[in-house]
Amino acid sequence: MGFRYEFRLSGSGGQGLILAGKILAEAAAIYDGKNATQSQSYGPEARGGSSRSEVIVSDEEIDYPKAVNIDLLLCFTQEACDKYHEDVKETGILLVDKSYVTKIPEGKYKVYSVPITETAETKVGKALVANIVALGIITQVTGIISKGAVEAAILSRVPKGTEDLNLKAFNTGIEIAQQFK
Amino acid sequence: MVNRENAKLMTGNEACAEAALVAGMSFFAGYPITPSSEIAECLARRLPQEGGTFVQMEDELASMAAIIGASLAGVKSMTATSGPGFSLMQENIGYASMTEVPCVIVNVQRGGPSTGLPTLPSQADVMQARWGTHGDHPIIAVAPSTVRETYDWTIKAFNFSERFRVPVVVLLDEIIGHINEKIVFPKREEIEIVDRARTKQNPEDYKPYELTDSDIPLFADFGSGYRYHVTGLSHDETGFPTNDPKKVDLLHRRLNRKIDRYKSEIISYKTAFLEDADLCIVAFGSSARSAYRAVSRARTSGLKVGIFHIFVLWPFPYEELNKIARRIKKFIVPEMNLGQVAHEVACATKYEVTQVNRVDGGLITPDEILEAIKNVPV
Amino acid sequence: MFPYEKYLRRDRFPHIWCTGCGCGIVLKALLRAIERSKISKDDIALVSGIGCSSRTPGYVDFNTLHTTHGRAIAFATGLKLAKKELKVIVVTGDGDATAIGGNHFIHAARRNLDMTVLIYNNYIYGMTGGQASPTTPTGKKGSTAPYGTIEPAFDISGLAIAAGASFVARSTCYHAVQLDKYIHKGILKKGFSVIEAISPCPTYYARPNRLGNVVDMLQWYKENSIPVEVARKVSEEEKKDKIIIGILHDAEKPEFCEEYQRLSARVRKIDNK
Repeated sequence: MGFRYEFRLSGSGGQGLILAGKILAEAAAIYDGKNATQSQSYGPEARGGSSRSEVIVSDEEIDYPKAVNIDLLLCFTQEACDKYHEDVKETGILLVDKSYVTKIPEGKYKVYSVPITETAETKVGKALVANIVALGIITQVTGIISKGAVEAAILSRVPKGTEDLNLKAFNTGIEIAQQFK
Repeated sequence: MVNRENAKLMTGNEACAEAALVAGMSFFAGYPITPSSEIAECLARRLPQEGGTFVQMEDELASMAAIIGASLAGVKSMTATSGPGFSLMQENIGYASMTEVPCVIVNVQRGGPSTGLPTLPSQADVMQARWGTHGDHPIIAVAPSTVRETYDWTIKAFNFSERFRVPVVVLLDEIIGHINEKIVFPKREEIEIVDRARTKQNPEDYKPYELTDSDIPLFADFGSGYRYHVTGLSHDETGFPTNDPKKVDLLHRRLNRKIDRYKSEIISYKTAFLEDADLCIVAFGSSARSAYRAVSRARTSGLKVGIFHIFVLWPFPYEELNKIARRIKKFIVPEMNLGQVAHEVACATKYEVTQVNRVDGGLITPDEILEAIKNVPV
Repeated sequence: MFPYEKYLRRDRFPHIWCTGCGCGIVLKALLRAIERSKISKDDIALVSGIGCSSRTPGYVDFNTLHTTHGRAIAFATGLKLAKKELKVIVVTGDGDATAIGGNHFIHAARRNLDMTVLIYNNYIYGMTGGQASPTTPTGKKGSTAPYGTIEPAFDISGLAIAAGASFVARSTCYHAVQLDKYIHKGILKKGFSVIEAISPCPTYYARPNRLGNVVDMLQWYKENSIPVEVARKVSEEEKKDKIIIGILHDAEKPEFCEEYQRLSARVRKIDNK
């Protein structure tokens, strides 16, 4: 079997996790030439409630499209972290927003706890782009999808007029992750 | 590296809408329902751009009626819905079967019965696609399992519908409808597009349901100078109602023969790893994806498992499965219902079939199928 | 003699309607209206649902479509939108249009799609044997209302006006000359037009209700109809249980096909930029 990498982005509705998932998948599939799927689970509510977006990246055709053996789990809420951390591989990565996830569950995975939303607000200027800051961190720590591909996908997916803001958010995420040891 | 012009990340619902346009569909009537609404939304945007017609009807009964009306005017038409709406459409699906009006119905399946699980997948409308409307009737139903397959099979659905003058059901499910996946579009010139055969006779000599060698009558567009009658009543070659037992018998046998005699050209499936297999997984739609993963994992641990992946559910590949059952005696059917296809596989193979079923809104996992593979009695 | 033959499919006769049925009177009025409109037979589509009135299309030489119960207007919507040059006329009954097809009826009126709906209102389900319909007057009998219906009746024309139809008129089988005039106006009207034709069912409505034969019924229409101009001036008491006939509503409003074409042109212009 070929290479397969599983992402799960979790939190609550309105945090831009579905968009972030689509950007990751588009970056991998269209700009990096790999295969990718993005799927989501959602409730009947358009805002609030729990939200989960999954991306599978592979160099082969992707059959089963759900994440079961997670390589990278992003959590924007404590609830999501408590619920999903057990699905992370031993060699996987758990990335959490420090401001929302205060209790980090024990596991063999590598943990990065970053004040993502706070950084988006103070360094980029808008809490709304926390999802894109997270994408920067993910791109840097996983090395699965190229930086150029994610940038291109961001530009194709974000609303017109917000390109600079989003690129700034992405680069801020990259810079944060470059500091990780 | 893929050519970015030809590749796109899109959902099954979006691919279905785009493929319909490529197939030549220019009329869509529908009613909002999760998880199919994106098809209507996409076409509400695209059809006015393309010079086609989009209309949101008052319910699914009307949507189905409107696409038949439009098709009679000579245009390719479709609607899209999910289980509850598909139930409402059954009345006029029967009308389209009876009057031989081409049309395509997309059902993005969700959990049922009744309102069920609006945002979660299921595959429980397999039998409804076949027998949802009353009376013996012809129908074709296709079940793609990826975004690219959705694109291809939507086009083929129109082609079948045009060629055989029969309603064709595209059975998607919430997984395929909503998954974003890379699709590399085929070249336009490589896509086969079929249009219904139209009469060239003098209008005075035209009989709308005249017997032909092909069993498929020649079509005339409403308003093209052929003034004829269409009715849901049993009718003869002239299109007018009849109670004459001979004529009625002729009609109903021809309607069903029309699909039966061409079934080898309609039935479609793919097999993998069957050559040396002693166990066959029969799968379709999104659960086929889980089956492929289970099969490749079983193979790495030395288990001789193969897959029979069905693309066309109706007509069902009874003979093809029967042929496989001459050599393989163990069958597993994973499906998001309580055994609708498993029962047909048992019919075809004459063996007891192991079922892997889920009706909780979750996609069957490769582990669940693997477990069944290991536990199948020798 | 009016050339009815020109429009009839003679080989489809005899028709299924009972002696004294109003369907023939309404059909003849329809044919006179079509003749006067000078529209070619090839350009007319006659669409119906299920019921006695809905058998009309089988007998006439147009593009004819006999559909499912209540759905005629929905079929006609698809047909019209796919081929805008067709003149689409729906023939339907009180049960077909306002019970099982009520939703399609009000929404087509709201959309104001260009078509003419001719409703044969005989206050009863004739084809299935005389069951009470949404227009059976309170107290009148049907096979499913053996003690007289306790339900109030629909005012079909009122319903059409309220739902947004452009043109609404009512006549009776006694006032057959007015009837073809209204149908003609309805056909020419750009928009959703409804013509309600009060029609006798001697077999299943008159007999159980002891209303006499068809002549008695026509006589009753004659004596109990009030022209709308008069009705506007008299008291509610004087209008009670009367049939108000005439052009009840005639308005100019945006028509769906034209609006859609405008939308499409606008979208394509944006696209081309």
